[in-house]
Amino acid sequence: MEFNNNIPIYLQIIDSIKQDIVVGKLKAGQKMPSVRESAGILKVNPNTIQRVYQELDREKITYIKRGMGTYVTEEEKIISSLKEEISQKIILDFVEGMNKLGFSNKESISTLKEYLSKEEEIWNKY
Amino acid sequence: MEQILKATQLSKYFYQKKALDKVDINIEKGKIYGILGPNGGGKSTFLKIAAGLLKSSQGEITIDNEKPGEYTKSIVSYLPEINHLYKWMKVKDALNFFKDLYADFNIERAKESLKFMELEEEEKITSLSKGMMGRLKLTLVLSRKAKLYLLDEPLNGIDPISREKIITSILDSYSEKASILICSHLIYYIEKLLDYVFFLSEGRIILSGNAEDLRNKRGMSIDKLFQEVF
Repeated sequence: MEFNNNIPIYLQIIDSIKQDIVVGKLKAGQKMPSVRESAGILKVNPNTIQRVYQELDREKITYIKRGMGTYVTEEEKIISSLKEEISQKIILDFVEGMNKLGFSNKESISTLKEYLSKEEEIWNKY
Repeated sequence: MEQILKATQLSKYFYQKKALDKVDINIEKGKIYGILGPNGGGKSTFLKIAAGLLKSSQGEITIDNEKPGEYTKSIVSYLPEINHLYKWMKVKDALNFFKDLYADFNIERAKESLKFMELEEEEKITSLSKGMMGRLKLTLVLSRKAKLYLLDEPLNGIDPISREKIITSILDSYSEKASILICSHLIYYIEKLLDYVFFLSEGRIILSGNAEDLRNKRGMSIDKLFQEVF
């Protein structure tokens, strides 16, 4: 994983784990690697990983089985709200980016529609 | 939190020159600290005092509640910037040398580490490249079961492959029972390892804080912050 050192590392790891859960790379009920393992793989401070796991636990995205480790939640509701959260963020980035370029909301929507229909056209050719 | 090192108003003068000027540094158990700063800022001087190789001029320093001496040397593992191994040695001699010198040196662990570092026991010290030498020195220092590791510029002049290996082995040797203090001016490569940073310039601490909090507050990497401060 490539980090952007300008943003707290733990936030970036949390985002990437959430992403992995939503797209199914990490499955519901799957065991997470240990703090030490993760730190070794990602080459970051173990206390950073500790903070990630605490945060995920607090948000109920993972749960701890005593003496066994950390597991991904099995609650569909939480996973679908994660999906919602991530998509909202992508939309926000899009809207903010377009506004910065001087597009009104209406213009942004029509640009997006245009883009999507072009995409569709291309796909339909194949 | 339990403290392993406590320096209060620590100063060191070399004749008229102030190498350290009323420095306060506290090191907690189970954390990784960075002392960052330009060359000549006092980083190495601080480590040498903590390692018991230099005496402070003023102020207090204790390690595990003791002043630097026999006991603290037995629980502190120090990586000097200079080359501290004899020229006649082979890699295996260096291992045995450390085994004789330090009761907490784990030779099995060191041999394991040599494999990871891709070093041969029969190789002569004088034939090692700078990167290999850096790997060997770190292997020796991290194979002790110390309470405090002091690493002076572990990445200085080291090639990218050795750098990766060195970072990996620092992380591997991390334990909740020990603390690691790294001095470096190559911040970009080590900042992800650090819990807490001290910026040291002209013998003074000009900024310190939790690495993640600093990124959060300033919206920039420790490396950029460093460039901004200096």
